[in-house]
Amino acid sequence: MAEHRVVIIGSGPAGLTAALYTARANLKPLLIEGLEAGGQLMLTTMVENWPGFREGIMGPDLMAEMRAQAERFGAEIVQNNVTKVDLSRRPFPIALADGRSVLADALIIATGASARWLDIGSDRKLSGHGVSTCATCDGYFFRGKPIAVVGGGDSAMEEAVYLTRFASKVIVIHRRDTLRASKIMQDKAFANPKIEFLWDSEIASVNDVEKGEVTGITVRNLKTGALTEVALDGVFIAIGHTPNTSLFKGQMELDGNGYIVTHDGSRTSVPGVFAAGDVQDHIYRQAITAAGSGCMAAIDAERFLEGLPGHVPVAHGSGLTAQA
Amino acid sequence: MASDKVKTFTDSNFGDETSKGVVLVDFWAEWCAPCRRLAPTVDALASDYDGRVTVAKMNVDENPEVPGNFAIRGIPTLLLFKDGQLADTIVGLQSKEDIAAKIERLL
Repeated sequence: MAEHRVVIIGSGPAGLTAALYTARANLKPLLIEGLEAGGQLMLTTMVENWPGFREGIMGPDLMAEMRAQAERFGAEIVQNNVTKVDLSRRPFPIALADGRSVLADALIIATGASARWLDIGSDRKLSGHGVSTCATCDGYFFRGKPIAVVGGGDSAMEEAVYLTRFASKVIVIHRRDTLRASKIMQDKAFANPKIEFLWDSEIASVNDVEKGEVTGITVRNLKTGALTEVALDGVFIAIGHTPNTSLFKGQMELDGNGYIVTHDGSRTSVPGVFAAGDVQDHIYRQAITAAGSGCMAAIDAERFLEGLPGHVPVAHGSGLTAQA
Repeated sequence: MASDKVKTFTDSNFGDETSKGVVLVDFWAEWCAPCRRLAPTVDALASDYDGRVTVAKMNVDENPEVPGNFAIRGIPTLLLFKDGQLADTIVGLQSKEDIAAKIERLL
């Protein structure tokens, strides 16, 4: 079983920044990409708030650059998925989907968060047949058709505006009577003539599961309890994310919503295990904060490894110190 | 670059090509980022099951008819056929091992 100083799980901005910094610190990190390689930015179009790109940069392009930059300094990036992690003994054994296992002296968890579903059953059953959590992937299938977007935050407004390129009409369904989205995104959505709003409402069911495709939705008004049928062809869900922490349940401290609890920077309840990005952050959830916390995890991991008995300093000094 | 073991299906040859044996069809498009992530997995499956399973890609931009017939409204979607009958549907990104397990059930 190959032993690595640092293993990083996840390949979004947090994981790749951790890989960049630990690679520059000569720790030869192994990064395991996971299924949703590149993270949430792979599903976006233009990123306009990543500093340094005044005209914006396409999400997938930004991730390709980060990946190449980490590799340039010696990070080993593998296309694989972690199936099991044992945090009870160090070096931590990590099992991969292809049957291989690796050992990690220090582990950086950057598994991010995945789109949340509605928890009504019918939405999941019609996934790929009219229900989607990815507007940039699936908007194309709804040219000239009416669709709904569920949610009231920035991502929901972004998706609604984006989907008006294809759809004849976009109905935003939101549980409250005001949006949580930022002012700039609200203005964009309100100004768009193709977007309508259904306030104080939630989807009771997506129809028609029997038929295997979306023919409409049943909407419940949360104030009156009244149920209304709305005929449409697609439903895009943008109600936030859930952290990808099922691998770690029962092995480390998680909060009530499943996020990893960090303290003193990126440290977790298990010594030698660090967390970065959306898997430990339900507040900021930005590419730049994820990258920043990935850097913190790299520095914390390096210091942890330096403090281990039998530590031999790297001959030509660490990339981190050289930069300070 | 797709492996030469992966066939390209179109609306016109789809029926013939899926009529016999076990066939895995990957519905994709240029602009679909997750499809690009899945492509190496599909290539690898084509090599692993060379001679036993037909593996093909179908571009949904160029071929609207078949995706419409199967009510595909999201990609990547993989459809598995056995002797012309739809046997399994795999929506979104899945690991190579999970897809292989579904193929094995049909062999």
